[in-house]
Amino acid sequence: MARTVTTQRKVIVTAIAWTIAIAIFFPILWTFLTSFKTEADAIATPPKFLFFNWTTENYTTVQGRSNYFLHFWNSVIISVGSTVAALIIAIPAAWSMAFVPGKRTKDILMWMLSTKMMPAVGVLVPIYLLFRDTGLLDTRTGLVIVLTLMNLPIVVWMLYTYFKEIPGEILEAARMDGANLTREIIYVLTPMAVPGIASTLLLNIILAWNEAFWTLNLTASKSAPLTQFIASYSSPEGLFYAKLSAASMMAIAPIIVLGWFSQKQLVRGLTFGAVK
Amino acid sequence: MATQASRAAGRLMISPAVILLFLWMIVPLGMTIWFSFLRYNLLIPGGETFAGFENYHYFFTDPNFWPALWNTLTLVLGVLLITTVGGILLALLLDQPMFGQGIVRVLVIAPFFVMPTVSALVWKNMFMNPVNGLFAWIARTLGFAPFDFLSAAPLFSIILIVAWQWLPFATLILLTALQSLDSEQLEAAEMDGAGPVSRFFYIMLPHLARAATVVILIQTIFLLSVFAEILVTTNGGPGNASTNLTYLVYSQSLLQYDVGLGSAGGIVAVILANIVAIFLMRMIGKNLET
Amino acid sequence: MSSKLRGLLGACSLVALGAAAHAETITVATVNNGDMIRMQGLMADFNEKHPDIQVEWVTLEENVLRQRVTTDIATNGGQYDVLTIGNYEVPIWAAQNWLLPLEDMGADYKPEDFLAPVAAGLTVDGKLYAAPFYAESSMLMYRTDLLEKAGLTMPENPDWDFITEAAEKMTDKGAEIYGICLRGKAGWGENMAFLTSMANSEGARWFDADWKPQFDSPEWKTTLDTYLNLMTNYGPPGASSNGFNENLALFQTGKCGMWIDATVAASFVSNPNESTVAEHVGYAPSPVRAGGDNHGNWLWSWNLAIPASSQKQDAAKAFVAWATSQEYTALVAEHEGIANVPPGTRTSLYENQEYLTAAPFAAQTLAAIEAADTQSPSDQEVPYTGGQFVSIPEFQAIGTAVGQVFSAALAGTSDADQALAAAQALTTREMSRAGYPK
Repeated sequence: MARTVTTQRKVIVTAIAWTIAIAIFFPILWTFLTSFKTEADAIATPPKFLFFNWTTENYTTVQGRSNYFLHFWNSVIISVGSTVAALIIAIPAAWSMAFVPGKRTKDILMWMLSTKMMPAVGVLVPIYLLFRDTGLLDTRTGLVIVLTLMNLPIVVWMLYTYFKEIPGEILEAARMDGANLTREIIYVLTPMAVPGIASTLLLNIILAWNEAFWTLNLTASKSAPLTQFIASYSSPEGLFYAKLSAASMMAIAPIIVLGWFSQKQLVRGLTFGAVK
Repeated sequence: MATQASRAAGRLMISPAVILLFLWMIVPLGMTIWFSFLRYNLLIPGGETFAGFENYHYFFTDPNFWPALWNTLTLVLGVLLITTVGGILLALLLDQPMFGQGIVRVLVIAPFFVMPTVSALVWKNMFMNPVNGLFAWIARTLGFAPFDFLSAAPLFSIILIVAWQWLPFATLILLTALQSLDSEQLEAAEMDGAGPVSRFFYIMLPHLARAATVVILIQTIFLLSVFAEILVTTNGGPGNASTNLTYLVYSQSLLQYDVGLGSAGGIVAVILANIVAIFLMRMIGKNLET
Repeated sequence: MSSKLRGLLGACSLVALGAAAHAETITVATVNNGDMIRMQGLMADFNEKHPDIQVEWVTLEENVLRQRVTTDIATNGGQYDVLTIGNYEVPIWAAQNWLLPLEDMGADYKPEDFLAPVAAGLTVDGKLYAAPFYAESSMLMYRTDLLEKAGLTMPENPDWDFITEAAEKMTDKGAEIYGICLRGKAGWGENMAFLTSMANSEGARWFDADWKPQFDSPEWKTTLDTYLNLMTNYGPPGASSNGFNENLALFQTGKCGMWIDATVAASFVSNPNESTVAEHVGYAPSPVRAGGDNHGNWLWSWNLAIPASSQKQDAAKAFVAWATSQEYTALVAEHEGIANVPPGTRTSLYENQEYLTAAPFAAQTLAAIEAADTQSPSDQEVPYTGGQFVSIPEFQAIGTAVGQVFSAALAGTSDADQALAAAQALTTREMSRAGYPK
């Protein structure tokens, strides 16, 4: 902006923004701090903010109780696997919606989104029975399938809004040069679409990582991701705030770190074509 | 521009997604419809008999049905209101020049990454717990009696938790939209003597309308099926004070094991969700048409 | 490859012992209670005795666990080889042929050593269908120091009038001390476990001989009035979301004067490592109505059972036998101290002088379990069995729905009369849907 900004104003804005930002972030920060306290310190009155005996014993206890790395690895495979699968199915669909729109394209898109509104609990028993009969219960494959289909509408939509921004003239030019459809997609479109695809990928990994209904109901031990890991801390006996905090941090830290590092890409795709 | 051939190719390319989603929708849905006409309790195997519309009758006359419907709407609208208004205000603030903008943004976005189960557990135990929670301590320090969030205002507490998770999402989209606003336009308005308030209402707000619709659409999809937060914090109670439709269907089919009744409820929920969807799509469709 | 080879070699050496063994993985679904968590820490011993069996744990919160295992067994999903279930489920599931009868558990197993009332709840047609891991009844735990300060002494058989008086005198809200902590969280195994027991002690019943719900009776009115009076005036804030675990945390941190709950809590509140009030805990039988003699003791056990559909029944049996054996008790005693062994299952434990000395609550626990009358829980005639529950498949649904109504009354959104009317209406509705009287 061309307007001059006084330092005083900037300081005030900074102060307000930081206060609000820290308030929003505080629950995570507090969980982080609590995870390093002893159980007694965790519920001490008045609360201890920084001056307590820092200990990592909660993390050891939690790891001793459940195999964190197994759950972590399952979460990675399930969220990345389902996102990649969804992308493979969605890219051609979104491409054709964006560049060869038919009369029904909008309707199809809206219909796809409306399938996301189907309440999962209503169809759990049928899915459970289908999974039992196909041997997919407690397998990572089963979860990848469900989560792929769960997130497919959002993926298609995000990609569609992103592809729409790519000017059609470029495709025309490529066609003039004699590129066929496959080449057009691989060499012309994809490079232009990479940022959009990247942000779609990120958002869906996050959604799949945090999905807590199907992952909890269709797994037992072998394929259970971190949502199951955290479910065993939901109301244990006695004092448990510190252990709960440690388990929470272990469950959310990987995705928060990923989110922070990739927030630029994420934000770009998150706009869903809403920003012109 | 599109040729006959590319049209055919287009159809071919769209079909895997359409077919898969159609199967994903129709197979379980078909089974659910079938179950909804059966007397089918998981605990009494072998007793499945055709029940006609009995399950639907029981579902609609369930004393929890109307409260659940009402709670669902309150939850969705409450969270939407907080996140959209809060998101616009936050976006305006973050758009100002300041020190450490990058870090502020990182802090604000973080709640969006937190698993719903984890955030519900943390809020319930470490903040809202009326004895050991942080809010209770603050209240006592200030000389008030601790407020018992989850039993005195369960739905409000859940709205608060869910809004905390979705506020970053709304803020980010709105902020990006705001940053794309032509600054010359604003300056021109300023030259013409428009104050900050009228600049906001006549230039910024219309510009944000499109982003706000996207925020509303995406959030509604997720908010209609809020579940983990309720399961972890209140179990739908006390009474039915925080039972939404999703939770009601859950409790019927998986806590009472009455699959017939739960399926009928599931079908009703699907129909209601689709009504909301049609309504939303209309609104969005108009707003996204360009 | 080499691990496979090792497995093969191991198998060869075991064939000599007559065991059909190859490296097998069994999945055990269990509840996240302290005793189960302890067991997971002691798995080294099991692995040493059964190197050919790998155990995978699925540890879940009680309600989630119940939903998961019930869905699985009812749909024949086969995800688990060992289930942790309550004595409510055992007879119902055994009747559906969902469970494997536990016979031939080994020479040292001694099933006759199980306490009679506990074993009775797990036996159908003379066969044991689940092995008790720990069992509990209900009793009153109180703070001796606070009671003394209040100038009272605990009678041998306290009644509800005494409890009210004591709660009033012990309460000091300024110091965050609440006279009484009781369950308020909705659920048939949560607040309804307590309230059904309390109702039994007041002479109330769930159903009359024709399966007609009895919430319109004066006995239920007295029960709910007393409960609401105690909890609203002398209970902790947020009581309507407190279950066993929440109350345990409150009691351990010194915020409760009295607590009526499972006997199994005693080993946690008296453990100085976990409890700040360990030195000041007294125990008494759970209260009776003035002039009455029915304590309404409940009887609950967490048991290990094997689904009939399990493909690895021998390995599962070996695990169940290990976890519920006398040796396991000795193992816990060695690692955690004898006061912390899983209580309430075996007669031999209560004949062990070392245990009786180390666990001041042992005598009270045994007395409570033996006094629990699940055959005729109420003073009035009833068509069902069960102490704190009604042993019919529909009870989970009804109990939880009634629990929600009572929990709302505790939260103050309705009064006792409204809650009882709502409970009566919904129970009548559900029972007619289920086709009672049968």
